[in-house]
Amino acid sequence: MITVMRAGPLTTVQDLGRPGFAHLGVPRSGALDQVALRRANALVGNGMGAAGLETTLMGCALRFEVAARAAVAGAEAVVRVDKQPVAEDVFEVPAGAVLDIGRARRGVRSYVAVAGGIDVEPVLGSRSTDTLSGLGPPRLTDGLSLPIGLLVDSPSAAALPRVAPSTDGPLVLGVRIGPRDDWFETAGLFAEAYEISPVSNRVGCRLAGSALTRTKAGELPSEGVVLGAVQVPADGQPLIFLADHPTTGGYPVIGVVEDVAPLAQARPGTTVRFRAID
Amino acid sequence: MMFMRVRPVGRSAVLIECHDGDEVEAWRVSLWRRRESGELRFVDIVPGATTILLDGVPPGTAAELAREPVPPGVSAEEGPLVEISATFDGEDLDDVASRWGVPVPEAVRRLAATPLAVAFCGFAPGFAYLRGLPDEWAVPRLAAPRPRVPAGSIGLAGSYVGIYPAASPGGWRLVGHTDQKLFDVRRKAPALLTPGTRVRLVPR
Repeated sequence: MITVMRAGPLTTVQDLGRPGFAHLGVPRSGALDQVALRRANALVGNGMGAAGLETTLMGCALRFEVAARAAVAGAEAVVRVDKQPVAEDVFEVPAGAVLDIGRARRGVRSYVAVAGGIDVEPVLGSRSTDTLSGLGPPRLTDGLSLPIGLLVDSPSAAALPRVAPSTDGPLVLGVRIGPRDDWFETAGLFAEAYEISPVSNRVGCRLAGSALTRTKAGELPSEGVVLGAVQVPADGQPLIFLADHPTTGGYPVIGVVEDVAPLAQARPGTTVRFRAID
Repeated sequence: MMFMRVRPVGRSAVLIECHDGDEVEAWRVSLWRRRESGELRFVDIVPGATTILLDGVPPGTAAELAREPVPPGVSAEEGPLVEISATFDGEDLDDVASRWGVPVPEAVRRLAATPLAVAFCGFAPGFAYLRGLPDEWAVPRLAAPRPRVPAGSIGLAGSYVGIYPAASPGGWRLVGHTDQKLFDVRRKAPALLTPGTRVRLVPR
């Protein structure tokens, strides 16, 4: 059992999400930076589907009521066990000790994996908190207890390589044009740099910059959307859909970002440019 | 023979464009069967108003599907039937009746007499867009959405009928409500209304 001492502004339980239910209007959800969650899980010997914790900017503090192996990946942050900084990515937390993940110095989201995984009740096959639909466990609050599962998965042979969280420098995102590129002057997407807006969240990363020009008037009948879809609402400012995105949307999608993991670690104000992929 | 427009969506999804809701349903039934039989692979199938999205497909799927003719239409009697016990007391019922140019009892009779079917789900888990009302009865969404629409509210937007599975903000014109639970993760089938389900609103 883990007791939440300091929940931070938004810390949630996340695994790889609940794909396969989109036809019922159920978002996929899941860790925003899946590379980091997989790495943390691999470090403690969990299977890749185990649930961990995703923090946002300010980290969190957890008291381990039982001893367990833990790992932290993702954002660069000072990790302490009972106030002593931890140098390794994977470490043992003694019973009664407090694991503290400090504020992110680079990147946004830290991922905490515990050997055995966070064992809250799964909903539709996933333990992820979906901030859009409300499915899954509630977000962490101070004093909340989180069960730890039994380590049943065989330890992974090799941990995944460490991926440095994004710097605050410009982010270049590969994008495949379409399906609704015929609604826009697509050159505009590549001509200008955008800035990540502070109203971004787990549903989508909002960009601010010069508005994209529509070449087609009218409304798009609702259609299915995918992770990484660059949707362009009426104001012309693109929005990139992240894990908690709705399953259908009524605004045209100009293109799809190939890899959304860097956006999980990109802070508001970060410059974003798009690069076309054929 | 009529062929489809299939658009790639990123690296691993395709969007099939259809002419109308009947064609969407024909594709949905056919694609679902082909996945069950192991012939096709995809993670998610998301019908829309006039499209079907297949997400998590192997490379080359768009080109393969683009060569295929439209599958045969499905009979209107094919899907399972769900009866929704409805109380027609919605805040916008008078407004809908006047937009239709009929007295309220006639509006209620129309809503109860029209066979509906789930075109697609979206907006929220278990929120089904029901088609079946003729285009002439389409009503616009509210200019300003209500901040809170209670769970079970039955509303109209365009020519769709929708039932809110959970309380949420919403811009549909409310004609009534039901006490039936539209979405419950503890049920084996969490959504009461899934694409292709036939629906009747039964006045209580």
